Amino acid sequence: MKFTKTAIISRKGFQPLPERLLLKNARLVDPVAQMDETTDLVLEDGRIASLGPIDAQGFQGEVLDLSGKIVSPGWMDLHVHLREPGREDEETIESGSLAAANGGFTALCCMPNTDPPIDSQEIIQYIKDRSADLLVAVHPIAAITKKREGKELSEILELVEQGAVAISDDGSPVMNAEVMRRALEYTKMVGVPVIGHEEDVTMTDGAQINEGFVSTCLGLRGWPTVAEDVMVARDILLAEYTGGRFHVAHISSEGAVELVRQAKARGVQVTAEVTPHHFTLTDEAVRGYDTNTKINPPLRSEEDRQALLQGLVDGTIDVIATDHAPHAFEEKEAEYIYAPFGIVGLETALGLCVTELVQTGLLSWTQLIEKLAVNPYRALGLEPPRIKPGHPANLTIFDPEAQWEVNPARFLSKSRNTPFGEKKLTGKPLAVINQGKMFFSTL
Amino acid sequence: MFSRKHLLGLDGVAQEEIISILDTARSFREVLERPIKRLPTLQGKTVVNLFYEPSTRTRISFELAEKRLSADIVNFSASASSVKKGETLIDTVRNIEAMKIDMVVVRHSSPGAAHLLARVLNAHIINAGDGGHEHPTQALLDMFTIREKKGRLDQLTVALVGDISHSRVAMSNIYGLRTMGARVLVCGPSTLIPRHIEWLGVEVYHNIDEIIEQVDVMNILRLQLERQRRGLFPSLREYHNYFGITRERLERATRPILIMHPGPMNRGVEISSDVADSEHSVILEQVTNGLAVRMAILYLLAGGKSEIH
Ligand SMILES: [Zn+2]
Repeated sequence: MKFTKTAIISRKGFQPLPERLLLKNARLVDPVAQMDETTDLVLEDGRIASLGPIDAQGFQGEVLDLSGKIVSPGWMDLHVHLREPGREDEETIESGSLAAANGGFTALCCMPNTDPPIDSQEIIQYIKDRSADLLVAVHPIAAITKKREGKELSEILELVEQGAVAISDDGSPVMNAEVMRRALEYTKMVGVPVIGHEEDVTMTDGAQINEGFVSTCLGLRGWPTVAEDVMVARDILLAEYTGGRFHVAHISSEGAVELVRQAKARGVQVTAEVTPHHFTLTDEAVRGYDTNTKINPPLRSEEDRQALLQGLVDGTIDVIATDHAPHAFEEKEAEYIYAPFGIVGLETALGLCVTELVQTGLLSWTQLIEKLAVNPYRALGLEPPRIKPGHPANLTIFDPEAQWEVNPARFLSKSRNTPFGEKKLTGKPLAVINQGKMFFSTL
Repeated sequence: MFSRKHLLGLDGVAQEEIISILDTARSFREVLERPIKRLPTLQGKTVVNLFYEPSTRTRISFELAEKRLSADIVNFSASASSVKKGETLIDTVRNIEAMKIDMVVVRHSSPGAAHLLARVLNAHIINAGDGGHEHPTQALLDMFTIREKKGRLDQLTVALVGDISHSRVAMSNIYGLRTMGARVLVCGPSTLIPRHIEWLGVEVYHNIDEIIEQVDVMNILRLQLERQRRGLFPSLREYHNYFGITRERLERATRPILIMHPGPMNRGVEISSDVADSEHSVILEQVTNGLAVRMAILYLLAGGKSEIH
């Protein structure tokens, strides 16, 4: 192609964002504008300058041929565990952001279960300072309660003023209904959602995997879906009573999906996210005892998986988020009951979404992008990025047809704990543009 | 024929493999009746007994089986909790393997521990109990005992009684007995029966008196007292009254029922003494048979053929 100065496929890693850049023949999908058309896009000084056919020959600036590629508003991962501060050997703010960019995300929200936890203005400021110059926008989620102990509310007003976009005690469910009620009530003053890790821990003591036929066969203590359902039911009722905003983290059970569906029909302010691993795998994957199948909440049954897919299709589930949870190799390479919960997800999300949701005909590109680029922002009460002249260039570019095999050695995350090694996927991230920076995926 | 590298469980082990083990065990059972009980079969081979959970019986049974076959033996015992803080399981076994060992017998509280070792080591692995998952040698000795007493395994009805949810003995027995064509009932409090167990082809009961008329064999499982603290049953008294096997209950049967228990027994809880010591009880024979079965497994894994001389 004569008008490309550099063949796009040869690029890897960070590239300077040209002052003027023509994205030629790109399929632009912006769900907010209900736009899905193949045309040209001009970026100027890090902003979107124009949309519409441009003659590449006479274009002053650099040209990227994006024939067959999709350009979407930049994606946000609402659920990421950066291990900084505390476990920088597993992930840092920088490495996690790099993994996000590599996977096609331009923004992420980091969960507060760090050491120390995100329950003070100092930690929020620390995260903001450490991420200020990164391509990926890092939005801290602050703890609901001090030290994530589930007892006293943290200083939510100050934390939000400092930059927290939501509150959550992720990993440590708020078992005290009164505390949860007050959190939902208190956050109404600032409009941020309370994100619930929905697990009644009195029912999951020592539990390892979903309670069902597989847990019976493998002799691993079962983690019943109803332990999730009772908490989702409780928190929906509390949100309904208080008028607060409630977001269900990593929904995994059929019952919870149905509860959210009914609550939405009643007008409760509830949103929900699902992870790619929960809509891709079931507890059957645990046979063989690969500790990369040990996840909280656990991989569920096929009926639950089908309900998650249905929830994505009918809009009950608003958001796809990864619950990216890096762990050191030696910690995962252990007896099943001693291995920590969680897997990395930033760099496999796009491929799993395309393979499991679009290739199967369940979601259109517009619907998928809505769940990755629009609804995550809206769940937080923020304006989603747009493909619109005058707006900052915040874009995710991917190849919807590319077939590839997951090779964890290529991940930019510091951790490799994934059950998807060697999995063949369709749909591969190509590049992200944000904050005046451009990054080409190395996957 | 049994030509596996490891014995990790009975899930997926075929009928002819089980028959091969049981037939080989019968030859060793005869050897055990001889004045000189030692065979040179495993001479020059080193077997490591890796016990991360206290277990007197199983460890002694394996050790003796190894000695009878002239193996060199290394014993490693540790509580899982102390090991957790220090060296990892994988580091420990890699160290032991560096000393050129041939087989590892492993007992561990984590389901899948034997599978983990099979993945990282070159040695043969024998699962001597992995958490609530499987205990294949126990089930094989149970089946051996039933076959010796009843002459067959198919067309028999075997009941596993008690805490099915946490029992590796029950799981291995279910896999093995179903493969061999036996009818298998499980009977216990509903809180101690795991979900979808019926998908493994067993029938679920909660009333001992309902099964007494139907069964040829009762394998009575040990009740862990800690289950009461977890709220899975209210008291030992109630458990014994409703699920304990007593002579009075057994007298309602019109045919003799073979009584088995993997030990150690809680007399007066899951089994009363007059049953444990009765003429129908084969609990001590199980122990002797366990030795023969373990010799057979060690022998077959080391590459031995089915006939012994
Ligand atoms: Zn969580």
